[in-house]
Amino acid sequence: MSGWEDAGARLAGGTASLVSLWGERGRVHAALLEGDSVEHLALDCPDGRFPSLGRVHAPAIRLERAARDLYGLEPIGLPDMRPWLDHGPEPTAYPFLPVEGENLHQVPVGPVHAGIIEPGHFRLTCDGETVVRLEERLGYVHRGVDRLMEGAELDWAARLAGRISGDSTVAYALAFARAAEQAIGCAPPPRAVWLRALMAELERLANHLGDIGAISNDASFGLMQAHCAILRERVLRVSDACFGHRLMMDCVLPGGTACDLSAEGAALLRALVGEVRTRFAPLVNLYDLTASLQDRTVGTGILRPELARQFGAGGYVGRASGRDFDARRAPGYAPYDVLAFEVPVLAEGDVNARVWIRIKEIEQSLRLVEQLLDALPEGSIRSEVVADTGEGMALVEGFRGDVFVWLRLDAGRVVHCHARDPSWFQWPLLETAIEGNIVADFPLCNKSFNCSYAGHDL
Amino acid sequence: MRKTLQQGLLRAALSEPPPTRIDDPAVITLARTLDGAAQRTLGRSLSLRTVDAGSCNGCELEINALNNAFYDLERFGLRIVASPRHADVLTVTGPVTHNMRQALERTYHAMPHPKWVVAVGGCARDGGMFAASPLCAGGVAAVLPVDLWIAGCPPTPLALLSGLLTLLRRPSSGGPPRGR
Repeated sequence: MSGWEDAGARLAGGTASLVSLWGERGRVHAALLEGDSVEHLALDCPDGRFPSLGRVHAPAIRLERAARDLYGLEPIGLPDMRPWLDHGPEPTAYPFLPVEGENLHQVPVGPVHAGIIEPGHFRLTCDGETVVRLEERLGYVHRGVDRLMEGAELDWAARLAGRISGDSTVAYALAFARAAEQAIGCAPPPRAVWLRALMAELERLANHLGDIGAISNDASFGLMQAHCAILRERVLRVSDACFGHRLMMDCVLPGGTACDLSAEGAALLRALVGEVRTRFAPLVNLYDLTASLQDRTVGTGILRPELARQFGAGGYVGRASGRDFDARRAPGYAPYDVLAFEVPVLAEGDVNARVWIRIKEIEQSLRLVEQLLDALPEGSIRSEVVADTGEGMALVEGFRGDVFVWLRLDAGRVVHCHARDPSWFQWPLLETAIEGNIVADFPLCNKSFNCSYAGHDL
Repeated sequence: MRKTLQQGLLRAALSEPPPTRIDDPAVITLARTLDGAAQRTLGRSLSLRTVDAGSCNGCELEINALNNAFYDLERFGLRIVASPRHADVLTVTGPVTHNMRQALERTYHAMPHPKWVVAVGGCARDGGMFAASPLCAGGVAAVLPVDLWIAGCPPTPLALLSGLLTLLRRPSSGGPPRGR
């Protein structure tokens, strides 16, 4: 008990940040990041109750609401006891927080949106055109991943992990594989470790290219979108040619990878790096020199650095607001320890900064792909995976931020698996970033965060 | 910007020819006979509304890709619209979660008649990996009348294009409509 309450004090005091908090039957878990290491805590709650960490550390609130919905655990002292992922029999009956004041009106958006995006509900309270409060309601794509994981065969569970958030399928599959390998003490062959990193960087490239185009498009600058979409498609096609799937689903498995890279594949990748480099540079210029676009992105949707730090916001959201964290560097994992790359950090925290972090990360990913190809080890691509028992966890830097997976295996089957998307700590920050902006800039802010609905809703 | 636009004009078009086999049974399954009704009503124009009913967002990425220069959806008369009121076809992804079921039904009912439903991807077909979840309906057909299934996890843009063009094909001619 004291370790749990001490964790609350460390989180509230800012010496540690929350990596995740999750439940299982009769037990609650938390993972904390302090310095460069991740620490796992578990607290038995035989009476189904535990002291809330959300009481002293706001980033834990939604995770505790979810643990309550999924496993019936009661967080004692939790300030917000509304259900979160469980929408109950009547989904429209949800008590939104009251908003009081003169001349306010509300704009409900979603769950079905105008574009081709995932479902979620946004309740915007506005004074004229200015948003004074945004409240999110998520959980629409809650599929019951936790329960499906229970008792699943390892390979099936790995495939399911790759479908928690499709845009980060490599990151999830990698986090799951690394956690499973830790649990059973299996070391993947060096070639597989490098191939995984190659896939992860391709995934980052494709998503960042797509995002930069989509953000520009939400500022009505379709030209950028058209060009970025071409580059994104090139990356997906080369991924398909090299690994047999455009998004590289099911390519990373516990013990290694499902597919090897041929010499032709490596040549395609080198050509791709050259093409993206040549074509992307003028687009960056175009982004930077188009005044009408800059007018929309600079100074819009500012996320304050202290909030990014408090919430432990990962990815471009955190790094655009001064949080210098990248799971590839620290805690770190192979092969990034022997590769040269920079982690861009900016302090402005606006839409423009989140675009620029992506731009710089594209350049870094291209560098990484080259280094990975230059020194790709020879050998096998999969180690034998024995049906063993144990616990493991892993933190992997996806394009959106750090993906965390914790699991327990028993004789080769999953007993429990928890996956935490970076969006858990980014969604709440979107609510603050939009404050004081105009309604028309909400899509722009939302796209610059590009949080995952599926990854969050599980 | 002028330079980018000029270069764009001088470079050859990236758009690729439409898929030649548009009724590949490995990819597309007609749940109901279309008997030319869709083709007669729709002519060469089709407005699509997409609802994510529990997808992992992989299908959304590939549907979005239909708008890029390589596939250029709109040259076939296919358009993705913002409101169900403007739509002829509802494309649905995901296993239909309990939490999205009502929103999906409301979207369908908001569409004018006649209307068609296309289930996109393995989850929409039979729940996919989420078939055993008590929180999912196990596919679109459990909730709405499905006219067409497009297979894949996620379906490639080419598979999506083949499937959607099936709705526009005239039964007599057999071939795909010509893209412009």
